[in-house]
Amino acid sequence: MKKNLGLGLASAALFSLFSFSAQAQSPAEKVYVPHGKHDKYYAFLSGGYNGQIGVYGLPSGRLLKVIPVFSVFPMNGYGYSEETKAMLNTSYGWIPWGDTHHPELSQTDGVPDGRWLFINENNTPRVARIDLRTFETEEILEIPFSAGNHASSFITPNSEYITASTRFSIPIPQKDVPIAEYAKYFKGTITFVRADKPGKMDVAFQILVPGYDYDLAHCGKGPSNGWCFFTSYNTEQAHTLLEINASQKDKDFIAAVNWKRAEQCIAEGKYKEVETKYAHNYRPPEGDRFAKTEWKTKVKWIIPKECPGVIYYLPTPKSPHGVDVTPDGKYIIGGGKLATVIPIHSFDKMIKAIENKQFAGEVEGIPILKYEAINHCELPNPCLGPLHTEFDGRGLAYTSCFISSDVVIYDYQKCEIVGRVPTYYSVGHLMIPGGDSAKPWGEYLLPMNKITKDIFLPTGPELPHAGQLYDISADPRKTKPQLLLDVAELGEPHYAQAIPAELVAPKTLKIFELEKNNHPYVTKSEEEAKVVRKGNEVHVYMTAIRSHFTPDNIEGVKVGDTVYFHVTNIEQDWDIPHGFAVIGAKTSNILIMPGETLTIKWTPKAPGVYPFYCTDFCSALHQEMQGYVRVSPADAKVPIKYGTGDEMKTVQ
Amino acid sequence: MSWISRGLIALASLILIGVFFVPLWKITLWAPQYPEGLSMYIWVNKITGGNPHDLYNINLLNHYIGMKPIKPEEILELKIMPFIFGFFIVLGLITAITGNKKLLYTWVILFIIIGIIGIADFYRWEYDYGHNLDPRAPIKIPGVAYQPPLIGCKKLLNMEACSFPDKGAYIAVVSVLLGMIAAGIEKFRK
Repeated sequence: MKKNLGLGLASAALFSLFSFSAQAQSPAEKVYVPHGKHDKYYAFLSGGYNGQIGVYGLPSGRLLKVIPVFSVFPMNGYGYSEETKAMLNTSYGWIPWGDTHHPELSQTDGVPDGRWLFINENNTPRVARIDLRTFETEEILEIPFSAGNHASSFITPNSEYITASTRFSIPIPQKDVPIAEYAKYFKGTITFVRADKPGKMDVAFQILVPGYDYDLAHCGKGPSNGWCFFTSYNTEQAHTLLEINASQKDKDFIAAVNWKRAEQCIAEGKYKEVETKYAHNYRPPEGDRFAKTEWKTKVKWIIPKECPGVIYYLPTPKSPHGVDVTPDGKYIIGGGKLATVIPIHSFDKMIKAIENKQFAGEVEGIPILKYEAINHCELPNPCLGPLHTEFDGRGLAYTSCFISSDVVIYDYQKCEIVGRVPTYYSVGHLMIPGGDSAKPWGEYLLPMNKITKDIFLPTGPELPHAGQLYDISADPRKTKPQLLLDVAELGEPHYAQAIPAELVAPKTLKIFELEKNNHPYVTKSEEEAKVVRKGNEVHVYMTAIRSHFTPDNIEGVKVGDTVYFHVTNIEQDWDIPHGFAVIGAKTSNILIMPGETLTIKWTPKAPGVYPFYCTDFCSALHQEMQGYVRVSPADAKVPIKYGTGDEMKTVQ
Repeated sequence: MSWISRGLIALASLILIGVFFVPLWKITLWAPQYPEGLSMYIWVNKITGGNPHDLYNINLLNHYIGMKPIKPEEILELKIMPFIFGFFIVLGLITAITGNKKLLYTWVILFIIIGIIGIADFYRWEYDYGHNLDPRAPIKIPGVAYQPPLIGCKKLLNMEACSFPDKGAYIAVVSVLLGMIAAGIEKFRK
């Protein structure tokens, strides 16, 4: 009996083993990344109103890093340190905050290549480039003659340009006019920014366009390489209560811009050079790594009338939001947020319509093509509130639908729905790794939602945003995508990008080479550490290494002085940052990577002895990594004196 | 001397040139927080890190236990060793050319003696670094020394220290074996 029971149990165990392996993996197994293994993809989610980028691992959904871009970041001193504060300069002054929307990976032949990540700032129009060796913001360019830089930063297939635009039309150039005279004075600009020359990002040209709201963009590839497409709404040109007044027309426009034609016009001198002022902020990845602002003063304007063929309007229902180009470059899908269909335009038909002059009219020198002449098909009854579309490389399109809170999946060529998956709740953008490129890695789908409610543990009235990770590795024509995970997101991710980890991880830096550091205040060894007075400025050339600062005792500072702590982390070991903070500093701490120099400014207000310390638990004796600055009255005769350990040096 | 012995001693001398191009010994340290390991290579005339900054980092960690920093430019052996190997290369080649048996026996015996002295000196060097510690070091554990093993692995606090001969040492061993074979042939040849 006992023996039989044992046999029975064993066979039951065997059976369950076989039946288990015969089943598909459970969602938990598909997202579990065990110790010792890494995620398969890097995902870059914009942070919206936090002004930053969140780096996540997929499929685990782990938050790996926040990259500060347009907002200050006291966690590491970005925007506070002397080396980084110039990154936030604009013609409006120094601005500590931004609104990040659409990250875009650099591409080669239409495929993400893992060199850089670009992202736009909507509020004070700017674009940024992040280096994916350091995951640091290296370059920020302000966009002149713009407001609400929303249709940005979408890239051309070989990273020649990224786009920028005016979601809010404004008087161009700015002037004091009655708002009600919108139609008379307000204009838009569509901007192309040179993107493939690190350190030399610049406005290549701007196209002056009618005063609509230019909302989103994507550039052509393959047969449509050379073109970029921008949605517009508010062709009604309303300036108040847009939710009603800008929702009256059945069709607005997708602007099709021929950027190769624009290059020709520039080469032929068919442009107008105008004076303005905008900031170009660059922090080199090597050398002094000191951000500097270059003030640019000129841009080239292309007026559509003077450069025929540079831009056409494609009528598109209704108040379209997203515009997305299929991986083969043949179709252009508009997300008409108030439309009852999803319009799919054909690039071939568009070119034929242009050749045959199938125009329905013209606005300010811009021909409007006939809708019937360009439309491939209208996907019937797709969903409610279609916004954005990504692709899986299998001929399927995935469109997010805000109002019906789902993603509709369809064959864009056959105009046939194959399925849909729910989102929780009210999806905005969605992302498939490489999903807007010529070669999507169609393994995962991440819709990012605007409303969270009951998805996570409540955290008071303000909740994190939720994204749902779906497995789309099986063809959705046959297998329904499986919901794997709810991802808690930082800020409000608008768009996102993801790339296989092997295209990025091997190129990332572990340390900065101390030898290559030529910061003007670098201290490469403890012997070189010193304190120098220049009038009312005191410069401390300080080193940090486990587990002490040199110098860690400083005297001779006086009330009224401005003290600059130039701290060089002279470690050359992987993952040994040191931090530095001093009591009463009105800036932040600085987090200094091995081989790097960062500077924080401190203005002591009263005599006393003030401690500073390492803020990063660097070593077993991290708590001992501290020091003191003596501050004497303004008229005191205390000489500059400094040192670590037994020997103190006095400066006479 | 037979042509075989002369060829063998010539070969023994020529392969010895190889020790100038590869390390003699390798010491590797692992710790929980150093999964990638830290290593140093001992060459005839220098000490290098397994990765560019390894020696710098080993010295940095060693300061906590009061071990003096390893400064290759201050180590006398690294200045002498190239001449010793040079001497054996030249002497071996002279032996092969002249076919002098006595020179051959001298070469083999001297090589063995110098080899033993070299390993003893290496032990003394390791002993000195492991025992001669700064009394003001922050980490002091009574009765614990930090001498790495001559050959093999040993746990030193959180560090697993492994020390093994590297390519250069193997070349030297092959060289001396070739010399011994040559000497043996000459000794028992009738």
